[in-house]
Amino acid sequence: MLVITALAVVRTRSLFAVVTLSGVFSLLSALLFVTLDAVDVAFTEAAVGAGISTVLMLGTLALTSRSERSEKKTQIVPLLTVVVAGAAMVYGTLDMPNFGSPDAPAQTHVGPEYFERIPKEIDVPNAVTAILASYRGFDTLGETAVVFTAGIGVLMLMSGLGRRRKEDEDDPDQEGGST
Amino acid sequence: MRHHLILRVITKLLVGTIFLFALYVQFHGDYSPGGGFQAGVIMAVGFIIYGIVFTLEKVKAVFPPWLVHKVVALGVLIYAGTGIYSLFYGYGYLDYAAIDPHHPVHGQHLGILIVELGVGVTVTGVMVAVYYAFAARAPSLSDEDW
Repeated sequence: MLVITALAVVRTRSLFAVVTLSGVFSLLSALLFVTLDAVDVAFTEAAVGAGISTVLMLGTLALTSRSERSEKKTQIVPLLTVVVAGAAMVYGTLDMPNFGSPDAPAQTHVGPEYFERIPKEIDVPNAVTAILASYRGFDTLGETAVVFTAGIGVLMLMSGLGRRRKEDEDDPDQEGGST
Repeated sequence: MRHHLILRVITKLLVGTIFLFALYVQFHGDYSPGGGFQAGVIMAVGFIIYGIVFTLEKVKAVFPPWLVHKVVALGVLIYAGTGIYSLFYGYGYLDYAAIDPHHPVHGQHLGILIVELGVGVTVTGVMVAVYYAFAARAPSLSDEDW
């Protein structure tokens, strides 16, 4: 079903349909994550991928044209790149452990240690939260900083730039390191 | 969307539920799937749906852009501040045991809660800010265009 949706995204020319279909794609991959028992990831995918990004895409769509320009010439190089990259990925998955295999690295590496330590040290039922916020607190701080930086970047690009440029023309000395 | 009566009524009903669900995901993240990132997104969805169905001006009256910008920074400050707090009490950076030295496990609970709150606040702010930035530029499309 994921493949069908992806193909539909590629084939469709109406951008509105493409945006909707990518929302569908996100929702389907969220279902896939649920199947893999990664409920937190599925939650994020459903909320961000299917929810917010679809809305933002629609917002972008309102700023641009409604349909894709049709390309007449066949693009052999991109097709070749996609095929080679896809084949490499499929080749890579051959080495992956079987679904639910007890010998998988996820089951044998640091996982058991965490599951042993969490009830003693943190005592939070959701192990994902415990690892995310406590053992990997620095990473999560970094992620929050990334979200913060991205937001500030979008704000500067979308809202402030035109106004600031006009101000700079008035007095060019204004440009400091404060931004 | 002045004439979409059903949409308007349903949205009014839903927005409260969405906020409540976001708070549940936020503060119940220790026990069930979810946490700051998801809760922040859901919280932002509440504002965005309000902005879509009613107008951008209405939602900007509820959650003004200057406040959004402050909130974006506030979340990171909450998170980093927790780390500074633990430094002051002689623990490592982001060692939540500092919050409740007599009972480190409780300290961990509180620390995770505070830190997730910081994440949620930042994500809410960023998502709403990005939505504002896009929606403010969009020409107001009439419903027939869609």
